[in-house]
Amino acid sequence: MKRTGRAIAALAVVPVLALAACGRAGEGDSDGGTATGDSTGGKTQVRLWTHSAGNPAELEVYNQIMSDFNSSQDNYEVVSESFPQGAYNDAIVAAAVSGDLPCLLDMDGPIVPNWAWAGYIQPLGISEDITNELLPTAVGVWEDEVYSAGYWDAALAIFARQSVLEANNIRIPTVDEPWTKDEFDAALRTLKGAGYDTPLDIGAEDSGEWWPYAYSPLLQSFGGDLIDRSTFLTAEGALNGPEALAWGEWFQGLFTEGLASNTGTIGNEEFNRDEVALSYTGVWNALNSLEAVGDDLLILPPPDFGTGPKIGGGSWQWGIASSCSGPALDGARAYLEFSFKPEYIAAFADKQIVIPATEAGTELSEYFGEGGVLRPFTELTQFAVLRPETPAYAVISTTFETAAMDIMNGADVKQILDQAVKDIDADIQNNDGYGF
Amino acid sequence: MTTPRAVEPAVGVTATTSPATTKPSFLRRRGGRHGKSAAYAMVAPATILLFLFLVVPVLLAVGLSFTNARLISPNPPRFVGLDNFIRAFTADPTFVRSLINTFLFAVVVVPVQAGLGLLMAILVNQKLRGTTFFRIVYFIPVVTSIVVVSILWRFMYQPDGMVNSFIDTITFGAWESIAWLNNPSTALPAIIVMSIWQAVGFHMIIWLSGLQTIPEELYEAARMDGADAWQQFKSVTWPGLRPTMIFILVTITIAALGLFVQIDVMTQGGPVDSTTTLVYHAVRRGYREQQTGYGAAISLIFFILVLLVATIQRYLTRDKD
Repeated sequence: MKRTGRAIAALAVVPVLALAACGRAGEGDSDGGTATGDSTGGKTQVRLWTHSAGNPAELEVYNQIMSDFNSSQDNYEVVSESFPQGAYNDAIVAAAVSGDLPCLLDMDGPIVPNWAWAGYIQPLGISEDITNELLPTAVGVWEDEVYSAGYWDAALAIFARQSVLEANNIRIPTVDEPWTKDEFDAALRTLKGAGYDTPLDIGAEDSGEWWPYAYSPLLQSFGGDLIDRSTFLTAEGALNGPEALAWGEWFQGLFTEGLASNTGTIGNEEFNRDEVALSYTGVWNALNSLEAVGDDLLILPPPDFGTGPKIGGGSWQWGIASSCSGPALDGARAYLEFSFKPEYIAAFADKQIVIPATEAGTELSEYFGEGGVLRPFTELTQFAVLRPETPAYAVISTTFETAAMDIMNGADVKQILDQAVKDIDADIQNNDGYGF
Repeated sequence: MTTPRAVEPAVGVTATTSPATTKPSFLRRRGGRHGKSAAYAMVAPATILLFLFLVVPVLLAVGLSFTNARLISPNPPRFVGLDNFIRAFTADPTFVRSLINTFLFAVVVVPVQAGLGLLMAILVNQKLRGTTFFRIVYFIPVVTSIVVVSILWRFMYQPDGMVNSFIDTITFGAWESIAWLNNPSTALPAIIVMSIWQAVGFHMIIWLSGLQTIPEELYEAARMDGADAWQQFKSVTWPGLRPTMIFILVTITIAALGLFVQIDVMTQGGPVDSTTTLVYHAVRRGYREQQTGYGAAISLIFFILVLLVATIQRYLTRDKD
């Protein structure tokens, strides 16, 4: 009897606990200070989360910075936890809702306005000398305040073999004189005639954020955009105007004419094996291709479709949670200021093959410095366009991905883009304009 | 949502043993109060779990579907009346497409999977050597994770994948390979075939258990009356399988309406919305695009539709007496 009673009592506690946990949701900002910083033995602990659990090269540099920082002074101790990238954003959202965010966290560039608007992160508050030195696309800004800063940016380029272009009498473009749309189309047809089944690997077998990252710059080069950046209140005219329709028709044509394939393997293997002549891909694949192709490799700017070549900007950056306060906040800022040393920036660049975010870092880099084999990429960052800095980006991103995939698969371009505009506008209205 | 209703007809299958008569005698023997509290303790885990993970979420979904709640937002949710429902039916063609696709999928999968399962069950119910081997083979896809199956079939459906090269071989090269999942007219059929292949083994086992409850004497009597194989099936097997049939119909329908994983792994709703389903659309809008309120509205519509379909099925298959 007694035992049964206790069992029932224990069972009754379960939902109460669960409800109590639910009750904590939404009060994230009030008690963050104690949750994020604890004093142990005179040192204030500063918690840090990264998304780089699956990336040993990146993690190695972080561990180096943290141990250097921890031994350089007696006030703070940075304690890290790393997550696989796939689960990272979910972990952040869950932690934010339950008020358990760490002081320091990294985030993908385009999500910064969303998290700043939602109150997850606070203005960075580190020395402007540091953030002014960085590439503009490595800094996250929301409502004129700096919320995040990163050590590098990525860039897309067109990889080609010099021998193949020369054999087919195709002009080798330069940053000052990139291919025009007509030249690029003609080159693709020539290369198809030269025996390449699908001459361009555009990466369409991938999914997710790659789509807006890789293909919205093409749209912007045509003169369209994901949203009207003068108001940030509607996508009308930007995503379904005549320029956007021209982009859609061109993009669809790549696949219907067999100039690009919508299947294949993610990465740059097809190019390395010479199954495609041109590859529209990222800096992170450059070293592998260099090994496969050697001196014959050309790193070319993307074509100019009307308003100049464009590439996507904004990679992973660091921010400070809004729940961080007191000595832990000072520690977080001290750590970030410490971490933007040129040698660390160069280490990130060389280990991960990404473009260093400062001049000083670039000079120290083996691959991107003066005479480095990947030097051409540093010239491409001038073409970088940020994805729209609005909290609506979460919706814009998936809407654009679906729309572009539908266009690739042969749907009516006008109809698809009109619907994408409606979906984006409905979300913005639902959120009362996101504060714009 | 599937569990409680799936269990209901299962009780019907064993109802002939009438468990209802045993329970009161058990309670009476142990005596009043003690027996009662023990009974409550025993139903408590199921009740609490059902309440927490079924009743509470359903009530929350009902509440949220009338607001503009978001997953991430500094602003508190606001009551928006029927806006979300109006948006679903008038301004969101993907939702309408999801509705059509979901029912297309169910309309094909329910009869084909049930019929195929029955056929296989009859085949492996023969008293021949080696039937155990076939039972195991047919059951293997069921115990394989649906995510793994979906990834493997995605490779098989590629232009240079196994499906195309198989058709190519049996047609002596006359076949022009197609990217099954990238073509709006073949993507949903491709997923239907895969889903049936994956789940049919489970329903074969249920049919088999039904077949084995039919007493051999009935067949003997039928044979003495001169019934051939078809007449035996029509007059003995099929009526004997009635409770099993109802159970299978309801479980397949509910599982088919809830189609999600295959879509998420293989096509993400594309190409051109040809494979998007209600559950997939709810997850996409409600979670990935963070529109919790709108996602809740879609879930609520889905809930009502499933309830409606299940009720109609119950009515059509009710005991006539």
